Amino acid sequence: MSEAGSQTADSPIDESRRKFLTAATSATAAVGVVFAAAPFIESWAPSERAKALGVPISVPLANLEPGQMLTYVWRLKPIYIIRRTAEMVAQLSAHDAQLKDPKSADSDQPAYAQNEQRSRRPDIMVMIGICTHLGCLPKAHFDVGDPTPSLGPTWPGGFLCPCHGSRFDLAGRVFDGSPASVNLVIPPYSFPDDNTLLVGDDGTKKGAA
Amino acid sequence: MSTPNEVTKPGFWGWLNKRLPVDSFIKGSLTEYFAPKNFNVWYFFGSLALLVLVMQLLSGIFLAMFYKPGAATAFDSVEFIMREVNYGWLIRYLHSTGASAFFLVVYLHMFRALLYGSYKAPRELLWLFGMIIYLALMAEGFMGYVLPWGNMSYWAATVIINLFSTIPVIGTGLVEWIRGDYGVADATLNRFFSLHVVAIPLILLMLVALHLIALRENGSNNPDGIEIKDKKGADGHPLDGIPFHPYYTVKDIVGVCFFLTLFFIVVFFVPTMGKLFLEPANFEPADALSTPNPIAPSWYFTPYYAILRAVPNKGVGALLLLVAVLSFFFLPWLDRSPVKSIRYRGWIFKTFLTIFTISFLALMWLGLQEVSTVYVWLARIFAVGYFAFFWLMPWYSRWDPVKPVPERVTYHG
Repeated sequence: MSEAGSQTADSPIDESRRKFLTAATSATAAVGVVFAAAPFIESWAPSERAKALGVPISVPLANLEPGQMLTYVWRLKPIYIIRRTAEMVAQLSAHDAQLKDPKSADSDQPAYAQNEQRSRRPDIMVMIGICTHLGCLPKAHFDVGDPTPSLGPTWPGGFLCPCHGSRFDLAGRVFDGSPASVNLVIPPYSFPDDNTLLVGDDGTKKGAA
Repeated sequence: MSTPNEVTKPGFWGWLNKRLPVDSFIKGSLTEYFAPKNFNVWYFFGSLALLVLVMQLLSGIFLAMFYKPGAATAFDSVEFIMREVNYGWLIRYLHSTGASAFFLVVYLHMFRALLYGSYKAPRELLWLFGMIIYLALMAEGFMGYVLPWGNMSYWAATVIINLFSTIPVIGTGLVEWIRGDYGVADATLNRFFSLHVVAIPLILLMLVALHLIALRENGSNNPDGIEIKDKKGADGHPLDGIPFHPYYTVKDIVGVCFFLTLFFIVVFFVPTMGKLFLEPANFEPADALSTPNPIAPSWYFTPYYAILRAVPNKGVGALLLLVAVLSFFFLPWLDRSPVKSIRYRGWIFKTFLTIFTISFLALMWLGLQEVSTVYVWLARIFAVGYFAFFWLMPWYSRWDPVKPVPERVTYHG
């Protein structure tokens, strides 16, 4: 240490130097705290096992009759797979005025499902059966006209969430007056062949989520 | 803590006090801690909240000895506690009834503060610590409700965690991070167990300590809302103060007797409280493919739940829910009245407090009902009553025709 930098007991305290050293130490410690916290925060993210269990699933469609629905689980989410009848598909364009987002402009779906039927194929509807309000499971009410008080005789067929009463049509589009703001989410999916559905894979690139 | 001229006492007591300030602590917080002499029944609920906290810690420690966190084991281990563990049913019912009792006592404790203006200066921090305790208690209650891994547990967790998805940009990632999976799963249950039995109880204990330290600094408010320390006798003690021990320790024991009588009637005879404390759907294991119908949170959350449901937009609904809870925090600064106690406030404040009380209870009831158009509109009307109490207060508390406040505390019966 040089002569000028050393201090004896009598020499005056260099306050600005002390302030600088205190600030520098605190700043370094703060950076250290952030680094130390990172592993703990990261530990909460989905584990490798959870990610591995979230790979795409294959669904055989051969036995799915028109007007029927299958429920599969993909990434712990129920996937509703419906083979819509021609009447069901025709009905979809009849009630646009009662929908919050008829063109799915604000909703979450792959580009190939942003159309009137919200699907790659008009007959096969694939969507995540989780209400976009707060995550309950909307229940199927497929028949036109329904005795449930909140649906009534003008009901075109669709889904009703039992938790907070959100209503959706057979393309998962939300009706006006529902607490949910956007349409049901469509997962990425593709058809390797006419009778097989692959949920979780767009078919565009290998290993797409 | 000990005064310098104090003569060291002989024997073990003297030896101990030279090393640990036991004597001065007892004097400072009990035998020479002067509390207003005009406390009424509303002043039971602070000590009762402390009692329930201790009961929850004790019953919780024993439940954790038999409970097995994990999606595959949790539900069965709760049934094991109920059916096979000696007195397991009692320990669990003590804990589940204790949760509801905690909220009941805390709500009455908070209402006392509204009645007598206990949140006003110089007790703003005391009130804020109390409100943070309330928030921590809500987190504790919610996570504890998830642990039995019944179907209502599962769906309550799903709905409440999804509230965070309304936060712009980070919402979706945040929800995944909280759950630790693509849905509520084993990972979620395990971290909730850790938070419920370790992290939040520690935070709660620290907050209770801060709440009590802040209380001792200025002393309790009282039903007249006047500061007893302003009028001191020749001995330096407040004229209207009496030592906490023995006067209020004995009085609180009377309150404890009444409380425990009612508490154990519930524990022994109506532990489910007609589906209110323990819901039928929670006697079925968690099922990701079946939503209980109807779904309703625990009664102590339903006022906020009713507000959430009343809004036809998810983001705004979640925001209003948050504002509804946080409004309490601003009370010390919203209230511009020169008096604290309702005894000396005018008809305007009394009207608003009545509207608030009715709105809170009505929302609580509505939150337990199934959704219907009429109930949604009722919830909207009562939500207006709820928010008006807080956010119109800066005006009406100033216009309120107040009465003169007496010099000394008064007695009523």
